[in-house]
Amino acid sequence: MAKKILQVKNLQVSFETHGGEVQAVRGITFDLHEGETLAIVGESGSGKSVATKALMGIIASNGQIKKDSSILFEEKEITQLNEDELQKVRGKDIAMIFQDPMTSLNPVMTIGKQIMEGIIKHQGLNRSEARQKAIELIELVGIDQPDKRFKQYPHQFSGGMRQRIVIAIALSCNPKILIADEPTTALDVTIQAQILELIKDLQAKTGVAVIFITHDLGVVANVADRVAVMYAGKIVEIGTSDEVFYQPQHPYTWGLLASMPSLDTDDEALYSIPGSPPDLLNPPVGDAFALRSQYALKIDHEQEPPFFKITDTHYAATWLLHENAPKVTPPSVIQKLWAEGGK
Amino acid sequence: MSVEEREVILEVKHLKQYFRLDKRSVVKAVDDISFEIYKGETFGLVGESGSGKSTTGRAIIKLYQPTSGEVWFEGQRVDTKLSHSKKKAFNKKMQMIFQDPQASLNGRMKVEDIIAEGIDVHNLATSKKDRLNKVFELLETVGLNREHANRYPHEFSGGQRQRIGIARALAIEPSFIIADEPISALDVSIQAQVVNLMNQLKKERGLTYLFIAHDLSMVKYISDRVAVMNKGKIVEIAPSDELYHAPLHPYTKSLLSAIPLPDPRTERRRKRIGYDPSIHNYSQEKPKWLEIRKGHWIYGSDSELNDYEVELQGK
Repeated sequence: MAKKILQVKNLQVSFETHGGEVQAVRGITFDLHEGETLAIVGESGSGKSVATKALMGIIASNGQIKKDSSILFEEKEITQLNEDELQKVRGKDIAMIFQDPMTSLNPVMTIGKQIMEGIIKHQGLNRSEARQKAIELIELVGIDQPDKRFKQYPHQFSGGMRQRIVIAIALSCNPKILIADEPTTALDVTIQAQILELIKDLQAKTGVAVIFITHDLGVVANVADRVAVMYAGKIVEIGTSDEVFYQPQHPYTWGLLASMPSLDTDDEALYSIPGSPPDLLNPPVGDAFALRSQYALKIDHEQEPPFFKITDTHYAATWLLHENAPKVTPPSVIQKLWAEGGK
Repeated sequence: MSVEEREVILEVKHLKQYFRLDKRSVVKAVDDISFEIYKGETFGLVGESGSGKSTTGRAIIKLYQPTSGEVWFEGQRVDTKLSHSKKKAFNKKMQMIFQDPQASLNGRMKVEDIIAEGIDVHNLATSKKDRLNKVFELLETVGLNREHANRYPHEFSGGQRQRIGIARALAIEPSFIIADEPISALDVSIQAQVVNLMNQLKKERGLTYLFIAHDLSMVKYISDRVAVMNKGKIVEIAPSDELYHAPLHPYTKSLLSAIPLPDPRTERRRKRIGYDPSIHNYSQEKPKWLEIRKGHWIYGSDSELNDYEVELQGK
């Protein structure tokens, strides 16, 4: 397997609010390998965005990475870096793209200048070299007439084109990790398909490792090598894409997969997860999903489940995998997935 | 029940909705569309942003005055200026559910008053007690509790707010509901709850839905028939199974090929089909709207329609 480029251990992030301490990320552990795409999937409030913002050191000022958290990037402990050192990592080694390309771009600066900014800062090129590189990047992300486009402003681009520009900026310093936080959520499906293809294509060309954050399981299936499923600030299941989609083990993963209609789902009612996610001001004891799960055991309400190993790459935090756990029957959609393993 | 036996509840004929931007430019948001919706069905309207799907819904429910064309609802023409009593009767029968339950609920009103607003307007409650009982009943119908009546919208989650929006729409017992992206703002696990609720209400109350959305897999699941819109035109209408398994119009094909499905192996095999509008030679050959098979409508020029016919026979 490829080398580990990032190792996150027991990452915990909390925010001070009027109501008290919100435990947004409650101890997550995962690795990222060179050149792979890891998708982090979860609902709003699951902590997926906060976790990745912590990697870049850009959590809001009332937020704090708790001690005992570790983010190791190429031997460097990110949680220990000061702002100057972080600034060198940001943009250069780890770059990020966001959901809304309009708010990531400066509306009163030409896109050419915006692309050149990072190149001049991090790579020490002079203006004309940076200009040349910027034009190459505009071309690389699939925009015609790069010379002309270089001088234009963000409002002269469509949503999909703006996201291409943001990707060009993110890739301008040849980062080792690209964090994409819901990069296609604001786009139409046909444009989304183009952007997903572009990201995969650029990854093949540059070898950048991608952390792809999304709530859309279809997008996950399209881009991910591995998938981490987050719920209530924790990773509940992690594995290769095939393992998570065809051999899911955590009842929350079951619920997510079963509640999406496939193109063959017909008249029967959709499987739906009752209730809504817990309040992270007072996270529940034990398995946070137990309150909404028809498969919850007594122990789920008392003790947090550890990760159980299913294969070398597949882990799930559910007591159902304990050797003494009773056998349960998952939703029919999931039984079908298990049996067929996809077609 | 076969298509021709079904009772038409809504008919849209050559509807155009233009918006004038300035002296020179006009946006043709909806540009000559025609369709019928049958009583008791869910009619899906899909398209990308700017396709005109929401404008269509808003024009039908009289939020806009259509530029031209006709809208007939339960045998009455409704796009024209209606008398006060007719307008009120129309408003009682047709309701709307919006995408953003945050923006569509008045944050300074209690849930009770939000839900009962229609009841008040149409004088449907005989007493204060009756009004409150109706609200309780509605809250329970949409899966909320009586205690929620006294709270304000901000005290609820997105999914719960959407349930309040549905309860408000149901309060005056409409027969037709326009749902404009009702689940797009909700999380996956909550979407299924709301869709199941809408389906259950449809069965129990014999409702008819116009379901407007961009999420094609959800539209396929919830709809009996689906219309695909692109740049102000409907390009294809078909029963949802037929549309998804045997699409004819190149735009429909392109749109279907772009939906990512939660199945990695399908995704690895996926071939995306692009759509190039310049393949249509409509300047030389005038396009028309034709029922190519029973219940399957398509927009195209004569030579294109010939090609579609050949393609259908090959299937």
